[in-house]
Amino acid sequence: MSENRPEKKKKKQPLSDRRKFILNMARGVGLATMGGFIWSAYVDEVTASALVLRPPGALKEEDFLKTCIKCGLCVEACPYDTLLLAKPGDNKPLGTPYFVPRDIPCYMCPDIPCVPVCPTGALDEASVSTNGVLDINIADMGLAVVDDNSCIAFWGIQCDACYRACPLLGHAITIEYEKNERTGKHAFMKPIVHTDVCTGCGMCEKACVTEKPAIFVLPREIAEGRAGDYYIKGWDKEDEKRLENATSETTETRLSEESAIDSLNDGLEDLY
Amino acid sequence: MATLWNNYRYLILRRFTQIGILVLYFGANAWGWTILMGNLSSSTFLNFVPMSDPYAALQMLAAGAALSVDLLIGVAVITVFYLLIGGRAFCSWVCPVNLITDTAAFLRRVTGIDRVQGIKQPASRKLRYWVLALSLIISFAMGITAFEFISPISMVHRGIIFGLGFGWAAMLIIFLFDLFVLKNGWCGHICPLGGFYSLLGKFSLIRVHHLEENCTLCMKCKVVCPESQVLYMVGKESLPVISGECTNCARCIEVCDDNALEFSIRKLAKNKKTGEK
Repeated sequence: MSENRPEKKKKKQPLSDRRKFILNMARGVGLATMGGFIWSAYVDEVTASALVLRPPGALKEEDFLKTCIKCGLCVEACPYDTLLLAKPGDNKPLGTPYFVPRDIPCYMCPDIPCVPVCPTGALDEASVSTNGVLDINIADMGLAVVDDNSCIAFWGIQCDACYRACPLLGHAITIEYEKNERTGKHAFMKPIVHTDVCTGCGMCEKACVTEKPAIFVLPREIAEGRAGDYYIKGWDKEDEKRLENATSETTETRLSEESAIDSLNDGLEDLY
Repeated sequence: MATLWNNYRYLILRRFTQIGILVLYFGANAWGWTILMGNLSSSTFLNFVPMSDPYAALQMLAAGAALSVDLLIGVAVITVFYLLIGGRAFCSWVCPVNLITDTAAFLRRVTGIDRVQGIKQPASRKLRYWVLALSLIISFAMGITAFEFISPISMVHRGIIFGLGFGWAAMLIIFLFDLFVLKNGWCGHICPLGGFYSLLGKFSLIRVHHLEENCTLCMKCKVVCPESQVLYMVGKESLPVISGECTNCARCIEVCDDNALEFSIRKLAKNKKTGEK
């Protein structure tokens, strides 16, 4: 026993400097990789929230998230306390500005105080300017959407709260008259949102009289569909221009002769 | 009273600036003051001078964002400022997290948690540079400012100015981590912003200088110093503290009873004895 001990001790030599260095490097790289993936996964999750309404002039969400420095100057500039900075627990990308129209909508100030104060250009002045002059009417914060199932105007009850509240009165929301066949002597007065004019300010959502608003603002990306390139409005000169640089791609699929014969002869095996 | 001032003058001044800056930011949001608007990520002083966090801008650059002129001017203002007064002066004179971590460090000393854990720390102070590099890699790979979305510093100061939400949890996590897990854990080991300012602070002008001939080897300075490795020369040689990791908090100067430590301007010319690293 006592002779074996020194031998065992010999086997456990102190690590050489070279080995130590390699092991330490491996530890560092391993830890960094682990931490990096946890960090990336977390950041990816917390920035995934797409249902956020941004201040006027905000860049596309993807660019906005990398450009906004989260300083809150737009929040401080807003005279109506519309804008909020996302706090921990709000489940929105942390520290970025947003608004909740049902609480406080954007009142569309003509001088747009929230935009020029942005130090990073995440709120882009050019996108809310016409001929170099600030123009809130071309802002695009989102798009109002009507749920015609819960909108009482679609039931036949007279209500034009959203139409009256709209700052682009008669342009972004119009009232469509339609005969009420149920009573035979009344009219439906249905609010229709014009997607190309609506700025997404949310004053309609604020004004809506139903318990949960029947008209509400969604980010445009979510509220809008897309017809795709296959459909062109042939009666619209502007839309037809899309054909100018159009290329076509022809795909050919050869008919399988075998499968045609097989299909004719299928199920006949038991006759012979 | 005179001794109180003598022993705590910089600490009092630091708390005054830290809290004063928060009050000015808070006032801008709550009552429309225009002295200091925004927050520590980006702000304007007197509605005129832009100031921006250079580390945030670096992440934006890595993420592939276009940097605006206003932002670059703000970054230049802050960079030059801390180049002059000491990179990590931000950490000890401005950052609100310092209030939390200083409290935790104080409680460690008072309650003796330091002695339970012994002198050997389980993590390297180089960790912050790894975190710094990692934040830029993730920013590049994901196209997003990686640290800005998890930064407890932002959560705390934004929380104080704009409303806290669950930000108190971030404060508590840092406090408990520093108190029970790792001495000077957040500020001294992990925080990549501190790491960034450490790199910047290597070149700054205002330095703590040690005068060995006055030193009585009481080592009070090393006990209070949150980055005690920067005071390696105490009792050995008369040298300036040249490590960027020094936060210029000046606690060592106040606790020294023998005038062996003092602030002075770094000698720009290379000197054999006090020469650059």
